Amino acid sequence: MVPLNYYLILSAIVFAIGVIGVLTRRNLIVVLMSIELMLNAVNLTFIAFSRFLGSMEGQVAVFFVMAVAAAEAVIGLAIIISVYRHRQSLDPQEMQLLKW
Amino acid sequence: MDAPTLTFLALATLLVVSSLLVVLLPNVVHGAMALVTALLIISVFFVMLQAPMVGVLQVLVYAGAIMVLFLFVIMFLNPAAPERSHRVWLGFAGLLAVLLGALLTAMLIKTETAADPIASTDLFGSPEMLAKSLFGDFVLPFEIASILLLVAIVGAVVLALRERRL
Repeated sequence: MVPLNYYLILSAIVFAIGVIGVLTRRNLIVVLMSIELMLNAVNLTFIAFSRFLGSMEGQVAVFFVMAVAAAEAVIGLAIIISVYRHRQSLDPQEMQLLKW
Repeated sequence: MDAPTLTFLALATLLVVSSLLVVLLPNVVHGAMALVTALLIISVFFVMLQAPMVGVLQVLVYAGAIMVLFLFVIMFLNPAAPERSHRVWLGFAGLLAVLLGALLTAMLIKTETAADPIASTDLFGSPEMLAKSLFGDFVLPFEIASILLLVAIVGAVVLALRERRL
């Protein structure tokens, strides 16, 4: 059987890759996709711990993360659509009305 | 090395490559396809970890519904303007991400568990067990999640509707 640590290291790597996407990309849709990637890395950690601690709570937590991620994707994409209508751009650098 | 470990390593390599593609590919649609690949590989990991029900949900909800929504929005907006280059920030972010990955790894691998605690009770991870947890101990969070989804539906309609003068 594959040791727990392998899964934990893998999900840490995928989470860090998602962070790179959020920090560097200048396209709101890609930023949102990177956030989905990070959520999935966390889900993998939950499932790995659930398996190796022998408890179902981790799987239930993943279920809730999925529900919240679905809501987050829907609202995020709706916000992106309305931002695009106002500015004809998806570049987060240009959204600086509140910037001092 | 035994067969499961080799399978794990092959899939893990694929997962890391496809996650990197999500982050680095300039074309958004290609990135979305790479994300679908990554999500499917993660669902394979779920099945390997005796969570078949969650794996099926992953395919249905993530790789199915959410990614279709993403692709729909990409097609709908059809963003033509290319991104400006971000070489400098890529270096900074890469460094930061390596540090974060190292920190997470160092923290996570400290945990110690028994070698195989559940000793393969066949029910573990089945829909029955999941449902018993979900509708037993977690019934209140479940109801709250349903309200959250309702709010998300209403919010999405309000946000995406074209503004009308009333």
